[in-house]
Amino acid sequence: MEKLLDVKDLAVSFKTFFGEVEAVRGVSFHVNKGETVALVGESGCGKSVTASSIMQLLPMPPAFYKNGQILFNGEDIVQKSEKEMQKIRGNEISMIFQDPMTSLNPTMRVGKQIVEGLIKHHNLSQDEAEKRAVEMLDLVSVPQPEKRVKQYPHEFSGGMRQRVMIALAMVSNPKLLIADEPTTALDVTIQAQILELMKSIQEKFGTSIILITHDLGVVADMSDRVIVMYAGQLLEGGTVDEIFTNPKHPYTRKLLGSVPRLDMDRSESLHAIDGTPPDLYIPPKGCPFFDRCDNAMVICKENMRERDYHTNSHYSCCWLNHPMAKKVAEGGVR
Amino acid sequence: MTKYLLKRLVMVVITIWIVITITFALMHSVPGNPFATENKNIPPIVYENLLKKYGLDKPYSEQYVMYLKNIIRGDFGDSMKSDTETVNEMIGRGFPVSARLGVQALLIALIFGPALGAIAALFQNKGPDYIAMIISIIGVSVPSFLLGAFLIQFIASNIEWIPIGGWGEFRHTILPSFALALMPLAQTARLMRSSMLEILGQDYIKTARSKGISKTAVIIKHAVRNAILPIVSILGTTVSNLLVGSFVIEKIFGIPGLGMFFTTSVFNRDYTLIMGVTVFYAIILVTALLVVDIAYMLVDPRIRLTKEGR
Repeated sequence: MEKLLDVKDLAVSFKTFFGEVEAVRGVSFHVNKGETVALVGESGCGKSVTASSIMQLLPMPPAFYKNGQILFNGEDIVQKSEKEMQKIRGNEISMIFQDPMTSLNPTMRVGKQIVEGLIKHHNLSQDEAEKRAVEMLDLVSVPQPEKRVKQYPHEFSGGMRQRVMIALAMVSNPKLLIADEPTTALDVTIQAQILELMKSIQEKFGTSIILITHDLGVVADMSDRVIVMYAGQLLEGGTVDEIFTNPKHPYTRKLLGSVPRLDMDRSESLHAIDGTPPDLYIPPKGCPFFDRCDNAMVICKENMRERDYHTNSHYSCCWLNHPMAKKVAEGGVR
Repeated sequence: MTKYLLKRLVMVVITIWIVITITFALMHSVPGNPFATENKNIPPIVYENLLKKYGLDKPYSEQYVMYLKNIIRGDFGDSMKSDTETVNEMIGRGFPVSARLGVQALLIALIFGPALGAIAALFQNKGPDYIAMIISIIGVSVPSFLLGAFLIQFIASNIEWIPIGGWGEFRHTILPSFALALMPLAQTARLMRSSMLEILGQDYIKTARSKGISKTAVIIKHAVRNAILPIVSILGTTVSNLLVGSFVIEKIFGIPGLGMFFTTSVFNRDYTLIMGVTVFYAIILVTALLVVDIAYMLVDPRIRLTKEGR
């Protein structure tokens, strides 16, 4: 499979008054053509920063690339100038944001918002652009697209606005779509519709998707591969099957264990992971999950384990993988 | 839309009627009358005749009804202090002068104010921001009489072409326009800065950037377009204040505008003129507010729908 995106050892930090926040600390992953990679992790773990840095959308300063490469089609995005990025954004890489209620400009007609980027990238005339906007709304199953293109965002419901966002992101037929928690702000039935829509569009255009979410149900439904992020680092990665049936990292196990299950006894309380993630002003030297891990060992505090590959696609970073480590119960999902 | 406008027009009439009533009541609740201060010099019979001529001998209720009747015909009555002009003529003479200054000042304020604010926001906590905010703090805090005197001292007395005061040509309007403009300029700059900062943090700015359009396009089409909305909403009072002129500025630059009537009419107890300028100001203000509300509907599609009631 051909790699579309290859992120190598990416580190992104924010300079603040109180010091440097190391939001992303040495992240490596790749996305193949046409596949969906899910990036999961709890709030504040650096998922969105990683995603935004792929498009250079972080405010710089305070943010800056500290290290690493983001190879997109073999070219390093970290080195690109703002002008060069403008040719890539919306054209080759697009993004869908979390909250459709606030992600559209309230004073601009949706049709215009959809094709604004397209007009710039492809020098379309107004007529062509409007036709294209109607087509796009039709594609994302917005009823009465001819009428809807002339309306403003406040005339759309949340789900409809997210469809508009998808139309906006897909209008230039990008190679990579970054969906930053695309369904978090929507109710469950609309969520399912939006995910279906994303799947069908992916099939139609062969788009690669990076799906950022903390909803593991969405991950199982949508993605080919999963990478698990914690405190700015990747702790585990693998295919959906590998991660869900054979999680290797204690964090992944706990994450899966905290998903409510239909067969759970109703008297049982929901499982949460105790503790809080480390402060990224002073990132831990060793494994960031040390404080919250049931299986933590002395070595974990000071040293981070490199990746151990369990299969070609499945890796984890945990000292339990070391041959000398004591064996703990695997299989994960409690 | 038509229904909404009609509704607003009725409200305008009611507002003006309330202004008339309150001004009338306040004015007459103060003891004395326009001629009372001079009654030592005039014989009682003349005094009686003066009161009779202006209808001041009649009961308040009757005076009030009479005044309302005249107002409906558009007649503000005769000035009680000026022998040569009616109140209508005084307003007709002063207003164009004040309005011209006001429009010029408004243009200056509305071109430079939002621009200054937007630049300040774009360069938050950097040089241009500090400069813009210093200008606006000066603008808000320096009283206009000081600014007027300052402009005369440092500009008019050094540049031959710009006169110290007077009225007639364009060059007479330059300094007073700037003196009038500084305050609203500073206010709009501050308002624009804060609203721009808020808008720049909005999600849709990120969306706009993610489309790959240029930074300038993001700022103008997405940020400024939305950040300008709060400025439109304060425009009503600013416009009407500027149009009717300022007593201080007109006094300093010797301009025969409407502004000074606001003060002199009260000192002179010139009942008809007090009523005239107050009602006139009220009319300008409510009209400006109405125009601003309509303008708001044009620039903000969200307002449009709710006001039309779908």
